[in-house]
Amino acid sequence: MIVAIASGKGGTGKTTVALSLALAAGRPVRLLDCDVEEPNCHLFLDGEVVAREEVFLPTPAVDTGACTACGLCGEICEFGGIIVLPTGAHVFPTLCHACGACVHLCPAGALREVPRRIGELTEMRAGSITLFTGRLDVGQTLAPPLVRAVRARGEGNGLVIIDAPPGTSCPVVAAVHGADVAVLVTEPTPFGLHDLELAVEAVRRLQVPFGVVINRAGAGDARVADFCAREGISVLLEIPQERRIAEAYARGLPVVTAAPELRPAFCSLLDGLDRLRTPAVARAHMGS
Amino acid sequence: MKVVITAQRAAWDAPVDARFGRARTFVLIDTESRELQEIPNSQALDATQGAGVQAAALVCRTGAEALVTGHCGPKAFAALAAGGVKVFTGAEGTVADAVTSLVAGQLHQADAADVAGHWV
Repeated sequence: MIVAIASGKGGTGKTTVALSLALAAGRPVRLLDCDVEEPNCHLFLDGEVVAREEVFLPTPAVDTGACTACGLCGEICEFGGIIVLPTGAHVFPTLCHACGACVHLCPAGALREVPRRIGELTEMRAGSITLFTGRLDVGQTLAPPLVRAVRARGEGNGLVIIDAPPGTSCPVVAAVHGADVAVLVTEPTPFGLHDLELAVEAVRRLQVPFGVVINRAGAGDARVADFCAREGISVLLEIPQERRIAEAYARGLPVVTAAPELRPAFCSLLDGLDRLRTPAVARAHMGS
Repeated sequence: MKVVITAQRAAWDAPVDARFGRARTFVLIDTESRELQEIPNSQALDATQGAGVQAAALVCRTGAEALVTGHCGPKAFAALAAGGVKVFTGAEGTVADAVTSLVAGQLHQADAADVAGHWV
């Protein structure tokens, strides 16, 4: 089962939920930190990095001798990554989205793809958790290809938990797309609700079944719960607003370590997700 | 000399637009004949990213010898340099003021970008 932990708003508790779910699972789990602009799961785990690899994107390079300055590559590039002056084509690598159109279409064969490093992917072992972390290099802006490289480590059977980036843009889509089920983490505030509504719209479009976890429950009001009731969305878990939990988190301790009484709730959350992913009809058939 | 100036609109009395990539518009001016022609910057203004690079390509295509603007970032500067266009930054006042300052040699020719690039 692939579980994506997402949220519209940043700082609502995605990492809190992803880690606690992984720790409470009681079986081997692959945790994918897809928040490649600011990965943080590793801060909460005591483990050893066992593998590290660079991630590259193919980026065009110009053979200035062969370029006829015809202008086709500049016209086709949607992102302004390549411009053509009378002196020939010029590439701006950080604007390139690596679609390959310019290289494919160049009538003079003056463009070829060269690998350009955008970040790295590390593998860490910490007990029953294998953590894969994507880290985008400073100055790079194209997160989705790196997110996809991390996601590729979640192929095959077994439990996979994805800590997605915040928001609803391309990196989030790359992290959540193809998951079996998603958890949307939010907080009971006007801001939390606003961004939850955006996240709900996004995961519905991705056709991933989902439920909601309300973090810092008791800190705000009932508007998130009301919204979920109105929309027929399951609230799978509420994590109480407690100073003890916040203090532990600030010290790098996961919630289930700081508040062990919540461990059964995270086990139930996992069961709840399994039910969400498998429609009731299919479960009835499996039982018979 | 033909020069491109970033401006709020295409007129001698229009204020200089300090932005290059997302300048409201460009005016191409012949400093000898005092001819003024508008070069709309619409493609770069609509660009989600890379406005500076697109604007630089546009300026290079006009055949202008120099660009006069407020500020210029690293990618745009690289593109203008590749196209052989001199960059003068720090222009203020109206288009007419900028031309006067340029002709009088009072503007600083930039040898590098004077502002940081945008991440996207």
